Amino acid sequence: MHTGISSPPRIWWKPAHGTERLWVAVAFGWCIVLFAMMPLWHLKGQQNPSGIRHRVDPTRYYQRVQEFIATYKVGEEAGFPIVAPPPGSDVYLLAQMWNWTPILKLQKGVEYTLHLSALDVNHGFNLNPVNINFQVVPGYDYGLRVVPTEAGDFRIVCDEFCGIGHHVMVGKVIVTDSAVVPATPTGGAQ
Amino acid sequence: MTAAAVTADGRVCPATGLKISATAERLIRANAVAATVALLIGGIAAILVLLTRWQAVHLLPASWFYRILTVHGMSMLIFFILFFEMAVLYFASAVLLSSRVATPRLAWASFWLMVLGAVMVEYTMWAGKADVLFTSYVPLRADPLFYLGVILFAVGALIVVGIFFGTLVVAKRERTYEGSVPLITFGAVTAAIIAVITLGHGAAIYIPTFLWSLGIMQVDPEVYRMVWWGLGHASQQINVAAMVSIWYLLGALTIGALVLNEKVSRSAFVLYVLFISMAAAHHLLVDPGLSPAWKVWNTSYAMYLAVLASMVHGFTVPAGMELGQRVRGLTKGLFEWLRKAPWSDPGFAALITSIIIFGFVGGITGVTFGTEQINIIAHNTLRIPGHFHATVVAGTALAFMGVTYYVIPLIFRKRVAFWGLAKVQPWLFAIGMFVFSTMMTFAGTFGVPRRHWDITFSGAPFGVQFSPAVDLVMGITAIGGLMAALGGGIYILITVWSVFFGQPLPADGTFTGPGLPHGLTHPPKPLPPDADRHSKKTPGTLVLVFVFLAAFIAYYFINWKLLSVVWRIG
Repeated sequence: MHTGISSPPRIWWKPAHGTERLWVAVAFGWCIVLFAMMPLWHLKGQQNPSGIRHRVDPTRYYQRVQEFIATYKVGEEAGFPIVAPPPGSDVYLLAQMWNWTPILKLQKGVEYTLHLSALDVNHGFNLNPVNINFQVVPGYDYGLRVVPTEAGDFRIVCDEFCGIGHHVMVGKVIVTDSAVVPATPTGGAQ
Repeated sequence: MTAAAVTADGRVCPATGLKISATAERLIRANAVAATVALLIGGIAAILVLLTRWQAVHLLPASWFYRILTVHGMSMLIFFILFFEMAVLYFASAVLLSSRVATPRLAWASFWLMVLGAVMVEYTMWAGKADVLFTSYVPLRADPLFYLGVILFAVGALIVVGIFFGTLVVAKRERTYEGSVPLITFGAVTAAIIAVITLGHGAAIYIPTFLWSLGIMQVDPEVYRMVWWGLGHASQQINVAAMVSIWYLLGALTIGALVLNEKVSRSAFVLYVLFISMAAAHHLLVDPGLSPAWKVWNTSYAMYLAVLASMVHGFTVPAGMELGQRVRGLTKGLFEWLRKAPWSDPGFAALITSIIIFGFVGGITGVTFGTEQINIIAHNTLRIPGHFHATVVAGTALAFMGVTYYVIPLIFRKRVAFWGLAKVQPWLFAIGMFVFSTMMTFAGTFGVPRRHWDITFSGAPFGVQFSPAVDLVMGITAIGGLMAALGGGIYILITVWSVFFGQPLPADGTFTGPGLPHGLTHPPKPLPPDADRHSKKTPGTLVLVFVFLAAFIAYYFINWKLLSVVWRIG
């Protein structure tokens, strides 16, 4: 026997001892479990980062967000439009230095396709206090099918460094119990 | 300088009997000194970052916070680690194989090229011309000198890797050793191969980005992220391979750890080479540019085969230590081999704590957060720096610190200064880093973002209220971090003092008196003549690895549970 410092004897390709073989087998088995969990969660789980993904020109995305705001705007807060899109619709959120536009008003238990993209640099979507995180990359549209499962006031924190104003980049999402939300577009009560 | 002169210029190491080339020795010293300077800069930056994120102190203004955070990342993860690894490469080739260095002049040229690159990067960062953080995600823009500095540094490192391979060829041709290379050299070979893969990614992204910064070409932000992480994450696997090699080295030096089975240990190293560069995917799991199939396959390194490699080393390193102790007569019960180990030897203390924190904290969190879906509740929160401080700081840096206590007497031929402090240093650093990384990970489970100047969000249009626990957890994080910083400061003090003002060792090559680690004053006993017939059973280690597996399974499934309660997303 020898240490790792010295050259091994000429023939060192020898069968491993039983204890070592046992551990390698157990470790490999665990690795297979780790691997299997991911496809399994795609089949059975409710949280997957799949989404609809495609390239988008940042200025076109910006226009799309403006159209979205114009169509479903229901009010304003702190200078940001509040937008209440109908259930099942496409929702567009824009990240730019250093804000999230618009404020979203969603219904609990209803599915939306939430589009995320950035106008300038990378940003990070961090839904507080739920702790859901997605990377927001300029030039890419990430359309995630989202169902809010709880009502309340939520914040969107930016968790990718995006310059000096990074820390003030906070957006807002309001989730209401489905019964009280007006489904009418354009100009409804807040 | 001719080959013969260099060889004649060498000396024989009194502890190991290896023939040490003077060129290799000088190169190791130069790289070690450069690494320590980088560590000092990165360490000061660490304290400033820590004292800013600790909201009770909130030291720096926003601009300086991001600037210093950039300095911290580059100085530690690139300059400190890579200079140290260059030293490891010279050690594992020229020293362990008793060979000369293949091309001494080119070796010095590349060292100075790396220094030049590092100075350019440091200058642009401190001058506020590169506030882009470690990752410098395009289209955040830094001064072209920043990218050029990184390129020069990487070219220098790549040449050193080439010289490493050249030295292996020289040693083989000049028959400086018999049979296969030692396991530690083999581990360093895998680190060097991964370095080539990594630096290739680095060239593929920094050269276009440099041209982009000059306005010559376009770089797609998502492509940047993918290729950059081929450098950014894969380079951490150089650290893993180098660290595991040092685990084997420290095991051998401190208690005469044996190699259980060359085939198993070497195959595990080969798995690193084959699968590790897929780890770029860990950073792209919640990115818009890539499909779920790509994410699942790549994030798992095919099918967790690189994780398998680490789990194998996590067994073979302690099992080799156990076997070495058992063969030498410490056979009582499950753990006599561990109980009677030289715990006051800083090399041994660093080895043990590095293995434990790397495995239990860094490894388990890394695999868990790198799971495609679980990444949704981890990406860009403090869970991520919590994870990698446990791997690269408490794992790699701590192992490097441990081996320094042997490098000082063996390579610098000096006594270790402030020996009393040296015995405490690894513990201080390890415990501090353990508290720091686990608490930071914990804060991240509340969604606290990483790389953030102010989590009270003053000046934001909407207030954000974290769980009240976050303040407490961040406070404990800061205390752990300061403790680790103190440990790091003591390490720098000891190293610099020993090397420049330390007491030289007697010329006769004996290791007696103060300021020497236990493994040198009491070298491991020679193996008994019938050692080869000794049973290779290592029951103590088997118990330990199953404790590890239980912790792994528990943490992994708790995270699936945490994920299952958030909003439905698909």
